This record gives sequence, structure tokens and C-alpha cells, in this order.
Amino acid sequence: MIGTAFYIAALIAVLSTVMVITRYNIMHALLYLVVSLLAVAVVLYLYGAPFMAALEVIVYAGAIMVLLIFFVMMLNLGKESAAQERLWLKPRIWIFPSLLCIILLGELVFLVLQNRQPVSGIQIVNPKEVGIALFGPYILAVELTGMLLMAGIVGAYHLGRQKEKTLHRFLENNQS
Amino acid sequence: MIVHPTTAGMLLAGVLFVLGLISILVRRDIIFMLLSVEIMLNAAGLAFVVASSHWGTADGQVMFIFILAMAAAEVSVGLALILQLYHQLKTLDSDEAAKMNG
Repeated sequence: MIGTAFYIAALIAVLSTVMVITRYNIMHALLYLVVSLLAVAVVLYLYGAPFMAALEVIVYAGAIMVLLIFFVMMLNLGKESAAQERLWLKPRIWIFPSLLCIILLGELVFLVLQNRQPVSGIQIVNPKEVGIALFGPYILAVELTGMLLMAGIVGAYHLGRQKEKTLHRFLENNQS
Repeated sequence: MIVHPTTAGMLLAGVLFVLGLISILVRRDIIFMLLSVEIMLNAAGLAFVVASSHWGTADGQVMFIFILAMAAAEVSVGLALILQLYHQLKTLDSDEAAKMNG
């Protein structure tokens, strides 16, 4: 029963990710990506990590996707961008890197299937244990993550600023 | 054929990672490349959680939280960079940024 649920969620995740990488319109791709992230959240739940599933929905499918969607809306890309992307995606361009990646995937599948572990089902890890580990042995890494987020905020603010005008109004009018 | 749950989860993570890798190699729209990096990070986090539930320890889930925080920081800085690129080049083609106009 749980196996069936896993296979359905995995199928949805893979299908929607394929739809993400084959769309020409960025908005459709983003919406498919939300579906993919939700399917992965189901898989995380099935693997005994309900807190991680909630974080996946809140942070990935919530915060990061909303950020991307608002960014795309702000840029206001039109139909010509999708047409350009369609023009670029010809078979002779994408077939070779895809083939290489599929060979790599086949290798990975072979290795995983060959090195079979003794059967011991999955074990559930409580959020309590995660919290104890997070603020026990991993406290330094948590502080470093806080610094990384701070650097992200400062970097995004600095890079996202518009360039200041250096010309005088009169010169600008003359130029244009 | 009965597949061990850990094997199935690792296979799913591998498939998602390779899809992201194909996308980042094939696409030239720079927002799609950022999305592909997101897909790959998500697959790596899934692999960590599957391994965590295989061994019954919390370490993998701690790593998943770190990956989540890193993805958020990466997306914010990446979007700011794309915004700068768009304002300077008026396009999202990553090949346009390959030339250094120094």
C-alpha cells in the first residue's frame, strides 16, 4: 500500500520535472515545478520525515517559488522570449548532452541495484531527534547557515539596486 | 519485483538530479538554468533524507535543513544577478553574457 503511494508520487515527481524542463514558457515551468516539489514532499513524508515534508512545502513550494514567480512577473517577458527559446531547442542541440546524462543515469542505476543492502526497512526519525542533533553537535553549522543567509540578504540588496543616475537632467534630455 | 525502499528513494533522487542536469546543459534561458539548480538541490536533499531514514539517524535531515537554507540564499542572490544582467543586456540569453566587454 505504502509502496504504491511511493510509486505514484515518484511518477508524478518525474513527470512534472520532465514537463518543467521541456516547457518554453517560464510561467508554466514554474507551476509544474511546484507540482514536482509537492510530490517530493509526499515522498519525504513516506520516508518517515514529516517535518522535512512540511519544510519542503513551506520553504520550497511556498517561499522560493513565490519569489521566482514574482520575479518573472516583474521582468514581464513576452511571447518573443518563448519563441526564441523554441528556436534554440533543436534536436541536434539537445540530443548529445541528454544522451551523456542518460548513460550516467544508467550507470548509477546499475550500481545501486547491484550493491544490495540486507533488507532492513526504513526507520522513522522524529523531529525531536533532528532538533537535538541540530542544536547539539551541529550548532556551529547552524551558526554558519545564519551567516550564509545574512550574506544572501546583503548580496541580494546590493546587486538588486538600480544604477544611480550620474548625468544631469539637462544633459540627459540632450542625449536622447 | 520487490525493490528495497532505500533503493527506490535513491533511484528517484538520481532520476530527478539527472533531469536537472540535462536541463542546465540544454537550456540557455538563464532563469531556466536557475530552476535546474533548484531541481538538483532538491534531489540531493531527497537523497539525504532517504539515507537518514535508512540508517535511523537524524544527520541526513539536518543536512536537508542546511540545503534548504542554502537554496533560499542562492535563489535570492541569483535572482538579483539575473536582474542586473537583464538591465544591462536587455535579454535573458546566457550566451550574451559570455562576451566580456572590458
